[in-house]
Amino acid sequence: MKTLEVSVVTPDGPVFEGTANMVSAKAKSGELGVMPGHIPLVAPLTISAVRVHQDGRTQYVAVSGGFIEVRPEKVTVLAQSAELASEIEMERAQAAKERAERRLAATSQNDIDHQRAELALRRAVNRIDVASRR
Amino acid sequence: MALRDIKARIDATKKTMQITKAMEMVSAAALNRAEQNAKRFVPYMDKIQEVVSSIASGSKSARHPMLLSRPVKKTGYFVITADRGLAGAYNSNVLRHVFRTIKERHQSPDEYAIIVVGKVGLNFFKSRNMPVLDSITGLADQPSFADIKAIASKAVNLYANETFDELYMYYNHFVSAIQSELTEKKVLPLADFDGASTSTASYEYEPSEEEILEVLLPQYAESLIYGALLDAKAAEHASRMTAMRNATDNANELIGQFTLTYNRERQAAITQEITEIVGGVAALE
Repeated sequence: MKTLEVSVVTPDGPVFEGTANMVSAKAKSGELGVMPGHIPLVAPLTISAVRVHQDGRTQYVAVSGGFIEVRPEKVTVLAQSAELASEIEMERAQAAKERAERRLAATSQNDIDHQRAELALRRAVNRIDVASRR
Repeated sequence: MALRDIKARIDATKKTMQITKAMEMVSAAALNRAEQNAKRFVPYMDKIQEVVSSIASGSKSARHPMLLSRPVKKTGYFVITADRGLAGAYNSNVLRHVFRTIKERHQSPDEYAIIVVGKVGLNFFKSRNMPVLDSITGLADQPSFADIKAIASKAVNLYANETFDELYMYYNHFVSAIQSELTEKKVLPLADFDGASTSTASYEYEPSEEEILEVLLPQYAESLIYGALLDAKAAEHASRMTAMRNATDNANELIGQFTLTYNRERQAAITQEITEIVGGVAALE
């Protein structure tokens, strides 16, 4: 079976490098499944999990947005931060979630801090979600 | 100078040397790590640059405020300095240049705004009453992207909401352990994609080029800033290492001189004592 090269890169270095039969991700415009031989594509991602399917196993990588670049034989995910499911620290993610919730409650709707807290909350929830699926 | 005083000077200098030597070694280790950080950042930067340039150069229809020059009413300066001194000319090089440039280009403080990294720079601009929009101090020796995300995206946002109409970045570029180079870089508007447009891939854009640029360009500008910061950190550690090595060498030389004086004085004292004894004996005979 044909495979794809997959790499997830962040400013702090590569998070994941490997091969896969299929990669699925959640783009801003909807779910996206990439198999070998896909046409070249660029799409922005939401705060979500990138799933790397390989021989019946699935690796989850939590990404904080960014975008995906697809070539027929290679998929690159560029995110400002990304974590493998196995490397997420549950306590830290929980703490981040609580912090974001407190800040949400303390700020008013139109405040820039409010939006920031909302994003932080979504990132934290995403990480908890991904971590619980390892 | 009395023997005891010289001895005290020698001891004091030795202690100073111990400290400078330790600082040199700490900086050497930090430099090592900083170089690794910079290396790890390269794949990300390369990739993002490739994608940005293929979109920006590939299509004329894609227009984004961050790609367009507009009349400049206010200029932003992003200045990277260290939190501490003891790094030779590292800080003063940057600050002197920025100060001179601003004085040349602008008549009044309304025409520019400064964003500064590092305590030394912050104090410099504050004490001269120059408008500092934002600052970050106490940055780790090996900053991660999360540490500077806030200030980088703020800089980009300030451009987006037209607080300033162009953004320059000033920092020391790391050349080698003994050399760094003052660098001035125009970050925004994003103008030239140097040589990277050789990429042959023409992409499908999902959903559209405009929406991708919306995500991509701020991310690109922020990573430019992060890249500069990593570079500057490496240069900082390098110049601190060099400065401390010079200090250690100087201390060593001083100790040599003092030891020589000390021995001479001691010998003189002994000789004098002997002369006095001989003189005393001769007087008794």
